Amino acid sequence: MTMTHPIPDPEDAAPVASAIIEVEGIHKIYNGAVTALENIHLEFNRGELTSLLGPSGCGKTTLLKILAGLLKPTSGEVRVNGKPVTGPGPERAFVFQDFALMPWATVLRNASYGLELQGVGKREREDRARHYVAEVGLAGFEDKYPHELSGGMRQRVGLARALAVNADVLMMDEPFSAVDEQTRRKFQEDLIRLREIEQKTFILVTHSIEEAVYLSDRIVLLSPRPGRVSQIVTPNIDRHGDPEAIRRNPEYLDLIDDIWAGLRDYVE
Amino acid sequence: MPADQTAHSPVAGVTSRWISAVSDVPAIWKILSLAILFAAWEIGGRTNFNWAFPTFLETMAALWEMIADGSMGAAYLRTLEPLVIGLVISLVIGVSAGVAMGLRKDAEWLTLPIFITMQAAPMAALIPLITFVYGIGLTSKVLAVVMLSMPVIAINSYKAVRNVPQSLVHMCHSFMGSRRQQILTVILPAASPMMFAGIRLGIAEGFSGVVLAELLITPTGIGDLITFNRSIAKFPHMYAAIFSIVALAVITVSLLHRLEVTLFRPEKRGA
Ligand SMILES: Nc1ncnc2c1ncn2[C@@H]1O[C@H](COP(=O)(O)OP(=O)(O)O)[C@@H](O)[C@H]1O
Ligand SMILES: [Mg+2]
Repeated sequence: MTMTHPIPDPEDAAPVASAIIEVEGIHKIYNGAVTALENIHLEFNRGELTSLLGPSGCGKTTLLKILAGLLKPTSGEVRVNGKPVTGPGPERAFVFQDFALMPWATVLRNASYGLELQGVGKREREDRARHYVAEVGLAGFEDKYPHELSGGMRQRVGLARALAVNADVLMMDEPFSAVDEQTRRKFQEDLIRLREIEQKTFILVTHSIEEAVYLSDRIVLLSPRPGRVSQIVTPNIDRHGDPEAIRRNPEYLDLIDDIWAGLRDYVE
Repeated sequence: MPADQTAHSPVAGVTSRWISAVSDVPAIWKILSLAILFAAWEIGGRTNFNWAFPTFLETMAALWEMIADGSMGAAYLRTLEPLVIGLVISLVIGVSAGVAMGLRKDAEWLTLPIFITMQAAPMAALIPLITFVYGIGLTSKVLAVVMLSMPVIAINSYKAVRNVPQSLVHMCHSFMGSRRQQILTVILPAASPMMFAGIRLGIAEGFSGVVLAELLITPTGIGDLITFNRSIAKFPHMYAAIFSIVALAVITVSLLHRLEVTLFRPEKRGA
């Protein structure tokens, strides 16, 4: 069985998967009572898509927010490119579960907002935003307002906004959970295509096993209460060609069953 | 759901609640209900159930007479002075205090109780106190306007800032926006629709404040037209003066409401 790996291919790429984000001994205790995360050690490799997978309440969002610098861990350290994280940084961009779009601003202004905060001039930031709005498939909608868009389209605006600041790492917190099933599938396929053009590191939070297996190079399984890394899975699935074919690929289906068998204990 | 609704709907006083209810109704219903109201007024006046109650047409004739002879215009020039000064003060201080209370815990602790007390206090009872301290001049009338309109403006500005979606604030932070950028590009724009709604209600309260002041402190302007015409039993003229100030308040607030929709509600604009 021959499998071509998407990126990075260890055969011909010399720098074998280097860590862009290192997580060392993270503990997070809310209000001195709720232990959300316990002793998390992880590395996220450059150019890979890593999923954080686990049942609701296991601390996925907490971990992602700590990586993003939006939340402080109770103890432990996160390093991005070797530097400790003290807050949000230009090398990381966040895609929000509830989109977090400004309802009073057009698609273009929303997509260019990250650049606006960085002080990039209007002409330049709008040109750059226009490019990413087109890249996520929203060309022609630049002057629309969020309320004129469907949920899936709004999330694409959130993605364009994150892409426009040209961060190395894109963090997405259940980006497809607020959209319907068809839109979700289309979005997942588009994300695979997007990864072929944008060489970025993706960290994706999800509670869907299918989604994690479908999209990820690595899956970090978290166990609930307190959240711990229970297993790391590296699916080896060829994502070239027909996106629908992947969903019928026996390895894809087997892996979903394996992970489900492993998670079942926690859910029951 | 009800709790949520009160959290997101502006705080209003009696006048502002009534006037804004009027200005929220679609135009056709407004015209229809006005027609019914005026017809009922006309009929009521003709039945002579009260010797002092003029018919609608008599009132309109009196209104026209006062507009034509200039007494109405002169009265409004007097009335608008405390109203405008008071509203400007309420706007500047009310909005600033409201925003400060929304942004900072210490400002909230220090200032919010004052506005809540002011909002709950019966104004008509406080006016004699104002007169006692500040006399019967312009200052007292301005103060009456301020005391009615400022709490509504401040409390609504405060609630508006408090109701800004947290996810937008976090979004701004995650893209490395400074606190200043957060306030200017997210919090104030997100708060402005509700803030403006509060301002509209505050202006409605201001109208009621100025009339109260002109009736209870010294009769000037429109309050003078009302008291003077009552004293000489020219009831159509008295009602015409009352009618004119109510109409002016409703029209002003309706126009502000329309401005609010065009300014802040892309989702309500057009189709
Ligand atoms: N702000 C908070 N205060 C207290 N407890 C919290 C807070 N946020 C999350 N938690 C708790 O921490 C745990 C993990 O939450 P979260 O990271 O949101 O999980 P997930 O995203 O996997 O559903 C949950 O038990 C949740 O109740
Ligand atoms: Mg979550």
